[in-house]
Amino acid sequence: MAKVLMKGNEAIAEAAIQAGCRYFFGYPITPQNEIPAYMAKMLPKVGGCFLQAESEISAINMVYGAAGAGARVMTSSSSPGISLKQEGISYIVGAELPCLIVNIVRGGPGLGGIQPAQSDYFQAVKGGGHGDYHMVVLAPSSIQEMVDLVTDGFDIADKYRNPVMILGDGMLGQMMEPVEFREKKTILPEKPWATTGNKEGKPRNIINSLFIDPQGLEDHVLKLYKKYDEMKENEVRVECYNCEDAEIIIAAYGTMARIAKNVIQMAEEQGIKIGLIRPITLWPFPVDTFKKWADSHHVKAFLSLEMSMGQMVEDIRLSVDGAKPVHFYGRTGGMVPTPKAILEEIKKIREGI
Amino acid sequence: MAKVTFNEDLCKGCELCTTVCPKNIVIMDKHRINSKGYHPATVEEMDKCIGCAFCARICPDVVIEVEK
Amino acid sequence: MAKVFEKPKALTDKPFHYCPGCTHGIVHCLVAEAIDELGIREKTVGVAPVGCAVFAYDYFNCDMHEAAHGRAPAVATGIKRVLPDNVVFTYQGDGDLASIGAAEIVHAANRGERLTTIFINNAIYGMTGGQMAPTSLVGQVTTTSPYGRSADTEGHPIRVSEMLATLEGVAYIERVSVHDIKNINRAKKAIKKAFEIQLEGKGFALVEVLSTCPTNWGMTPIEALRWLETNMIPYYPLGVKKEVE
Repeated sequence: MAKVLMKGNEAIAEAAIQAGCRYFFGYPITPQNEIPAYMAKMLPKVGGCFLQAESEISAINMVYGAAGAGARVMTSSSSPGISLKQEGISYIVGAELPCLIVNIVRGGPGLGGIQPAQSDYFQAVKGGGHGDYHMVVLAPSSIQEMVDLVTDGFDIADKYRNPVMILGDGMLGQMMEPVEFREKKTILPEKPWATTGNKEGKPRNIINSLFIDPQGLEDHVLKLYKKYDEMKENEVRVECYNCEDAEIIIAAYGTMARIAKNVIQMAEEQGIKIGLIRPITLWPFPVDTFKKWADSHHVKAFLSLEMSMGQMVEDIRLSVDGAKPVHFYGRTGGMVPTPKAILEEIKKIREGI
Repeated sequence: MAKVTFNEDLCKGCELCTTVCPKNIVIMDKHRINSKGYHPATVEEMDKCIGCAFCARICPDVVIEVEK
Repeated sequence: MAKVFEKPKALTDKPFHYCPGCTHGIVHCLVAEAIDELGIREKTVGVAPVGCAVFAYDYFNCDMHEAAHGRAPAVATGIKRVLPDNVVFTYQGDGDLASIGAAEIVHAANRGERLTTIFINNAIYGMTGGQMAPTSLVGQVTTTSPYGRSADTEGHPIRVSEMLATLEGVAYIERVSVHDIKNINRAKKAIKKAFEIQLEGKGFALVEVLSTCPTNWGMTPIEALRWLETNMIPYYPLGVKKEVE
């Protein structure tokens, strides 16, 4: 397959179509507008259905209906819109429905800004909706990786009957890079549980998240948590870069991981050995990877690098569990930390060790 | 001749059926209490029943079956 | 002797949890009869609301979805877009449809979604214990309008059928009642027609059913039917509000 120069948002949409997604329900919000626009143009060509809902709340509930009817279905939005979808996401998890949810994160809180940010980390991985639940959260750091993670995301969602979130940001959504679409999916998994009507005595299918009997609800939640244990077992994805004899390890995902690699190069030229741990699944978090490097004698400290006031840093501290100091540096509101400023921060940490 | 049968244990004693019977033969059985603790609806003068099913029509718990 | 009336197949064997004399049960039976008579049970998918009818997925004997409060029309839209040959209906109360779900019902109707909505208007929130609904009458006492609903602070009750009838995507809207046999039979016809409209793909169909809530109105079931007749019908006139050929 030849490489194509594509904008991140459009690459996501094309990847979804190639992965067999035929239903998209969305709502306009910058900086993800190219996704619904692309879907509006392309889905009808493959017999699919694009619908702009009256709100993000309606859109996520249309996803609930379509997923319950057995379709491979998706929605996308950006931070404020994803906040509106949280109740729907909790219902989708409770009803054990597969779908893909894309968040092209922008500066917050409130109306915030439209520049790239990573301040929705907590909402994505700790659960922005009500109740005990998790979602696999995938964080691409290139347009090619966006394409690959959209493809895998749908499969993970179907495998566990649970929503999957792609956490991008305004930069990844808007920039262009060459991408390759590897395999076009035509055969999708069977969904006997879907509500397609109970013909020929097929048992009645019910898509529901209400368990009015408390023991029934607990049994249900424990069943969900068995799935999360399996996800922790099988779905963790992480990249370790230049960590072998690194003195300080940066932890960063998405756009910040790209910048971190520049910093590592600059530091190298100044004889400072810096490594990078790049979580690709923000949930399940790569706990073991952090533990492993925290136990390495040459690693003196970790630095969590985020476009936020520090959210992933907490999960790093939980993983490292006091074995080594975990620092944080970040900018927020859509300001992107520069390699120079980051290197300054690293030097301060080295002095402090 | 027509006949109504009451699935008595589903009756909640709401009495709506007693208000629509053209023959006024649907009454609440004050002598008995069903498993829910209500006086169930009943018909004692079954011979007067014309099988119009009004009682069944208005019953909110689909307790009544009518034959004709 | 032949059976003149029996429980419709489109109802499961689960007894209703509704309060004694609650008209939800009557309407469930009418919907189930319409589904049986049209022979569509095996391709019908229903969407239950949040409210007293939240357990409707246990009562209607077809594939069902339980939707978040107010979102049944959106869930139904998702289902219908995936399964255009299935029959999809929503069953919603006045809090679900006219309050939190107002945007969803307006836009589903406006898009002309080929859906059938059964809208139960009993002028109160039942499941949560008797709060004021968008359809509560002026002066009506509820737990959240303890001094009687006042127009200048809570506004006037919403006539949903007339409001939606202005939308182009709507093919059929009728308001009916179940306070006596004549009107129950009228309601049955309307409900069946609303399903037929969907089968003919003419557009969005809705039947608003004036209903009672004896428990939260603080009346006996029989008094509640009379109250509906004397108080609700004058404000909510019955009849067809829109019907396309």
